[in-house]
Amino acid sequence: MDDHLGLSSQQQATLPVGAIAEERNVPRVNDLVICVATSNGTGSISANLVLARSILQMGVPIGTKNLFPSNIQGLPTWFTIRVNEQGWVANRRDVDLFVAMNRESVFEDLAGLRPGTLVVLNAELADALQRDDLIVYTVPFTQLVGDVCPEPKLRRLVVNMIYVGVVAVVLGIELEEVEAAIEKQFAQKPKAIELNKSAARAGAQWAREHIPPQDFVRIERRNLTTNKIFVEGNTASAAGLMFGGIQVFAWYPITPSSSLAEALTDLMATWRRDPVTGKATYAIIQAEDELAAMGMVVGAGWAGARAATATSGPGISLMAELAGLSYFTEIPAVIIDVQRVGPSTGLPTRTSQGDMLKAYHLSHGDCKHVLLIPANPKEAFEFSMTALDLAQRLQTLVFVMSDLDLGMNYWLSDPLEPPTQPLDRGKVLTAEELDQITEFARYRDVDGDAIPYRTLPGTRHPRAPFFTQGAGHDDRAKRSEKPEDWAGNLERLARKHETARTLVPESLVELATKPTRVGVIAYGTSDLPTREALARLATAHEWHADYLRLRALPATAKTVEFIEQHDRVYLVEQNRDAQVAAILRAEHPHIASRIRSILHFNGQPLDAATVIEQLLTLEESEEEQP
Amino acid sequence: MSTQQPAPTRSPATNRIGYEQNVYKGATSTLCAGCGHDSITAQLVRALWECNVDPYGIAKMSGIGCSSKTTAYFASLSHGFNGVHGRAAAIATGSFVANRKLLHVAVSGDGDTASIGLGNFLHMVRRNVPIVYVIENNGVYGLTKGQFSATADKGSTLKDGLRNDLEPVDCCALAIEMGCEYVARSFSGDVKQLVALLKGAIAHRGTAVIDVVSPCVTFNNHEGSTKSLKFAREHEEPLHEIGFVPYYEEIRVDYEPGTVQEIILHDGSRLVLKKLGNDYDPTSREAALVLLEQARREKHFITGLIYRAPEPSPAFDEQLELVETPLAHLPDEFLRPNPEVVEQLNQLWR
Repeated sequence: MDDHLGLSSQQQATLPVGAIAEERNVPRVNDLVICVATSNGTGSISANLVLARSILQMGVPIGTKNLFPSNIQGLPTWFTIRVNEQGWVANRRDVDLFVAMNRESVFEDLAGLRPGTLVVLNAELADALQRDDLIVYTVPFTQLVGDVCPEPKLRRLVVNMIYVGVVAVVLGIELEEVEAAIEKQFAQKPKAIELNKSAARAGAQWAREHIPPQDFVRIERRNLTTNKIFVEGNTASAAGLMFGGIQVFAWYPITPSSSLAEALTDLMATWRRDPVTGKATYAIIQAEDELAAMGMVVGAGWAGARAATATSGPGISLMAELAGLSYFTEIPAVIIDVQRVGPSTGLPTRTSQGDMLKAYHLSHGDCKHVLLIPANPKEAFEFSMTALDLAQRLQTLVFVMSDLDLGMNYWLSDPLEPPTQPLDRGKVLTAEELDQITEFARYRDVDGDAIPYRTLPGTRHPRAPFFTQGAGHDDRAKRSEKPEDWAGNLERLARKHETARTLVPESLVELATKPTRVGVIAYGTSDLPTREALARLATAHEWHADYLRLRALPATAKTVEFIEQHDRVYLVEQNRDAQVAAILRAEHPHIASRIRSILHFNGQPLDAATVIEQLLTLEESEEEQP
Repeated sequence: MSTQQPAPTRSPATNRIGYEQNVYKGATSTLCAGCGHDSITAQLVRALWECNVDPYGIAKMSGIGCSSKTTAYFASLSHGFNGVHGRAAAIATGSFVANRKLLHVAVSGDGDTASIGLGNFLHMVRRNVPIVYVIENNGVYGLTKGQFSATADKGSTLKDGLRNDLEPVDCCALAIEMGCEYVARSFSGDVKQLVALLKGAIAHRGTAVIDVVSPCVTFNNHEGSTKSLKFAREHEEPLHEIGFVPYYEEIRVDYEPGTVQEIILHDGSRLVLKKLGNDYDPTSREAALVLLEQARREKHFITGLIYRAPEPSPAFDEQLELVETPLAHLPDEFLRPNPEVVEQLNQLWR
């Protein structure tokens, strides 16, 4: 595969993947990549999820990547399923079984395949086959769908389930599991179940009759997915907001965060209505723009609600002014940034970690925010809750830095766990508590953690009210332009950020099996491909490194120590400018020179080969230097 | 032993919930002496007092600009929020859904409402968020020292002679277009009319927009300005004489039958409009828009209650079907589903 992976032929030629991969003629079990090329808007996603689920139900781990265009109908789309019983299911560049259903991309698709790739080719596209080094099964899909689906209108949808049946036979996926997956997929549309089952059966039947057994790749039943869930990160984030006690959620539609808001709307309607009155214990508002969405979040936070928005890069640009207001007036707020490729419109349907630096300092003036960085659906769930709590505790804006890869793809994940702590309401003084103190100063550091106390509007006490303003203020919230008030406030806010450093989710460390002076750091969706790369480097190259996964900014003491304890540390990021490296270097200059960067920013989810390739090159240049 | 009676003292007037008018005052204004905004603040203080509003239960919202500073100058027992330029409407919307029991009063200027925040203003109106939304309209950016605002009339000039050739934005007409159900225009110097309109707005359930021409004494009070004191006084054309009658008071008898129109507000109180000359019916949306268009053409400055919907629509909190208790006051058990729901979701996603 080349084109849809965005790799030039030159890059392809230098791939170390081939070197590391096993010989092609040895049968491989539960280690393969399936890629289905269709055009978007044809309903292929249901078929692809059925295919994915049937493998999962056989107990074999998978990862899926849906590569789709910024378009509603008719452009090429690729759905990739990586099957790997070690659990290495991040993106992989090469494909073992390719399903070619799309006229528009078929010439380039076929030209880019590795020799020996299995191809399920729609007979109508047979003219596109211009090479003889592929193992091609030409399937008369049009004829088969005509037999199972008398309704011409539905054929375009149903044809997809036929390739599921074909692929099942080619790879050894049990047909009972395909049928069970169809039942699950169409649980809400019982009428579609039988039709789709017969389509899958027809594909399987044809394959049994026409395709000779192959011994290149196979899927065999295992017991490795028990208890796991298969869910999109955005859905898990939404569930986290619900369990985090969200009260006001304001949003403006933007790919790739819209599905988070839509999932939240569904979940809240089911679980967060008052069981007695049926009324809503929350407000979800589709705003007129991101400025308004963030304005509503800040207004709601001021009035005492747990409030959040979800957006992507262009959205945070628009929210920047209000982000500074939240920071400076110390109003709790949460932004879930499902990052996509920027700048500008960029690649709206491609993934990136390109908002890290912008989010960390979002707004004008001296501004630093707390960033939580989930790497999988379970953490997307947990960090939504944590963000809502931390925003209250710290009285500030907290970001959850998700990305398109996590948000919009289905991930195999450990199951969600119920929260163990009650909701954190932060330092809010009630009228009764105000009675017991002699003075309330909104912005005074009473406890030494730089977090002040606040009161909520409507508190019936003469000492409760204060005037919230983005303009300079003293510790009693009175307007002030005095140098000492301004500087004092900014210094306290900086100290509050240090408090945040002790409260954010801790980094996770995985030590190498052998002692090493080299460390590797990754965050978010770079975690899985980076760990895969390290595992492969250890086995194939006898190269070992300790690994740390960064889960939040500001970086914890443990993170800084990890860098201090290694001669050099490779920081893996999905952006061009080494954004988190820049933050770490600026805040911890003494470790600046130890950090090296591994960068990936072509819009594709990161793959282990990229990490390996860059690591080996950088390590070589280390060795050349004295 | 003393048998002396304490000397009789004149107790200051209190409203029905026992507060003096002073309680509704705020910090001392730092605006220019004679600023129309201060006069509006004074009427707001009076209206809140006379409407027996809980002095702790007001949410004072504003954006950025001279007008926005005034939220510090009234209701000092309540919280105020001087946010970001143009975003008072959005911030107030969020605050309202978080605590719908607070009386939200937003004070904005023509820069906030008609320019940078026009979109947010219109969408707040569309949603019918219950807010008393006062526009202190002087046609000029005072705080940045005298640039035209979007409400500056065509042909008006700045101090330095620069002429505005653009059509003004009419916030009242736009509000009516967006479905606002209480739209009024007044003049900061018309104390009696303004207080009645403010009281009507406080009693209204839904977005109430009051556009108050408030001459800027420093940057927009010269001959070439159509929002100067002199111009306003000479061109003001009141629609009615307005009286506000709380629901528990009798209608005063001094209104002649046949010249009086009553408007019943959601809480049962009434706005009594005494017609002056014309037979304007403020319950017709079409008539209201025609009236504003005529006034624009004739360069007349119409004041009074321009539009009030005969049948109020559901306010934003009703549209959202919010629980009775303000969201911000809900205890944990309403905010977090049972732990078993986590397992149900896991099952769903297996």
